[in-house]
Amino acid sequence: MTESFTTNPLFERVEVARRRKRRFRDEQITLAHGSGGKSMHELIEGLFLEYLRNPLLELLEDQAVFEVGGDNQKTKLAFTTDSYVVDPIFFPGGNIGSLAVHGTVNDLAMSGARPLYLSAGFILEESFAVADLRRILESMRDAALEAGVQVVTGDTKVVQKGGADKIFINTSGIGVIESPANISVSRAQVGDKVILSGTLGDHGTTILIARGELDLETEIESDSAPLNLLVEEILDEATRLGNIEAIRAMRDPTRGGAATTLNEIAMSSEVYIEIYENQIPVREEVKGACEILGLDPLYVANEGKLLAIVSADIADKIVERMKQNKYGQNACIIGEVNAEPQGIVAMKTGFGGTRIVDMLVGEQLPRIC
Amino acid sequence: MKFIDEYRQGDIAQKLAEEIAKMTDKPLKIMEVCGGHTHTIFKYGIEDLLPPNITMIHGPGCPVCVLPIGRVDDAISIAVKPEVIFTTYGDAMRVPGSKTSLLDAKASGADIRMVYSPLDSLKIAKMNPEKQIVFLALGFETTSPSTALTILQAAKDDVKNFSIFCNHITIVPALKALLDSPDLQLDGFLGPGHVSTVIGTRVYEFVNTEYGKPLVVSGFEPLDILQSVYMIVKQIVENRVEIENQYGRVVERNGNQKALEALFEVFELRDYFEWRGLGSIAHSGMRLNKKYAAFDAELKYNVPGHRIADPKACQCGEILKGVKKPWECKVFGTACTPETPIGSCMVSSEGACAAYYNFGRLSKIAQRSA
Repeated sequence: MTESFTTNPLFERVEVARRRKRRFRDEQITLAHGSGGKSMHELIEGLFLEYLRNPLLELLEDQAVFEVGGDNQKTKLAFTTDSYVVDPIFFPGGNIGSLAVHGTVNDLAMSGARPLYLSAGFILEESFAVADLRRILESMRDAALEAGVQVVTGDTKVVQKGGADKIFINTSGIGVIESPANISVSRAQVGDKVILSGTLGDHGTTILIARGELDLETEIESDSAPLNLLVEEILDEATRLGNIEAIRAMRDPTRGGAATTLNEIAMSSEVYIEIYENQIPVREEVKGACEILGLDPLYVANEGKLLAIVSADIADKIVERMKQNKYGQNACIIGEVNAEPQGIVAMKTGFGGTRIVDMLVGEQLPRIC
Repeated sequence: MKFIDEYRQGDIAQKLAEEIAKMTDKPLKIMEVCGGHTHTIFKYGIEDLLPPNITMIHGPGCPVCVLPIGRVDDAISIAVKPEVIFTTYGDAMRVPGSKTSLLDAKASGADIRMVYSPLDSLKIAKMNPEKQIVFLALGFETTSPSTALTILQAAKDDVKNFSIFCNHITIVPALKALLDSPDLQLDGFLGPGHVSTVIGTRVYEFVNTEYGKPLVVSGFEPLDILQSVYMIVKQIVENRVEIENQYGRVVERNGNQKALEALFEVFELRDYFEWRGLGSIAHSGMRLNKKYAAFDAELKYNVPGHRIADPKACQCGEILKGVKKPWECKVFGTACTPETPIGSCMVSSEGACAAYYNFGRLSKIAQRSA
């Protein structure tokens, strides 16, 4: 389905500029630094890595994977952390508590790990209602139960009114990697298929509408969900087929959306990824809301979806198996990996054209006309 | 999606493109005036479908792109005042002024908020009576009626802490200026769709009678645009010069009377208004008239009001006039990118440079001409 592109001097000139590692020159933090797109990458690579660099951190995966134990009894662990500042704290389909469990569980799961234990740190604003805290904790308990993890350590701080916005939660997680799978954003290979586990854009659209600034009413719910059991099934199916190597990369497309995640894979693996607009599942309500707001579902956050790069020979079987899981019912192949032009993601539009799908720049801003 | 997908069907597009190719192989240059059209053209790769003899020229109809640097500086000077909550459409946040942008000013501590409508801004004013709320009013007749209605509402509710920094512009004088420009060789126009829902199609009737060019008012979906191109080419091969309306599902010849009444009630034309890249154009800008002067932020605050030249490397002017294609600009995609824009055409998703950078870098048309 893919045609090859003949690149030209202009394209190459732009690519050279695009790949250039930018020095981090900003003098202050803007919201764009937290949006998951290019500015955040610059902040992480240009500042955090500068000071905290080590071989594990510089891989810039969503989790660190390392071994512990003596020579004969090595155990592979995955470790990750994430902070949750979502506004509003309650939204259709979940709240900040369930999100804090799902997000960290998913970051562990994407490395092929079985999540075991979480920590939870709470920053509470003075005067925050205990009834709300109760609701949040209830959701955390239920989410942990479903994912099969336990919150085993925690911390609480209260700041004076205005020092934080109601409640912020940080969770860290640790998981054990038992599968021999070798999963990394840099392992996508020419010929591989791109698998998406379900509809795009549900979470981000829900949050935008739940803020109530838009006077839109819809039935959309956040897709916030734990994906560790889905990942277990994917790995199990690959093992059953005797091809665990076929599972190359997995990532959950949260902030910055599927577009940003695919770009990370294309750049890390030095491949070209082509996706097909007609194959990408997006709920009608999400499509409508995005259409009205001038947003692109490819850039909208998800909290219960994963993108997997899988070798073509077992991709269909993996999709079939995913469909049997509650959180993979709409799984499908949305694209494939090719060689050139390297580091680029493009989409065949339903209209018959091809367009670049770049990383999110700044925040995704709605258009005015 | 019902009522959207019908306008995005690839097989029909293919047939339309073939019909267009059959009609003529004469080289034709067609300008889409409106930034929304530019966005669609790049997003759907329409230029790749068109036969090579037809060139789309991207016009000046992106209100964010034509906002001159001096006006951005003026807006920032208001936004940083401690008593002010400054409200704006999201697009304008990243437009570079001479030193900073509104986004930088916000990070430095200015209270700048993104709104979807001026009515949201008025709501903020009512909720914060101790603050002064200023709205960055921006855009063609697509957005000016909602500004006008907000002013009428503010007057009715006697809201004293609300004002607008008005940069509304009007398309017809700009179109005239383009047609008078000697370096412009165009065979026809795609007329703006949403602007025309307000002003109607009658106002364009000088384009065919005085300048002898065909104009087709077009919708924003990809099939709308292809059909409009088809209509223009058909006029040309049939030696007709007419104002036609492809966007009949929302545009009427006389426009929207209610919206026009609101505009006439609150606004008056400025003698001159500066457009980035195009220079000063007579009677092209709007400001609040005397009756509503109390809501005019320019009168409430002392803005610097300097005219500032575009950066030398930036060729937004040529691009807005359609004399140059984005990729012919020296800094395109290298020094000037969506994350570090030098010119405004790289900021708004409706700017020709940003649209081309974001969607079109692999398009065949650029490959051909590069």
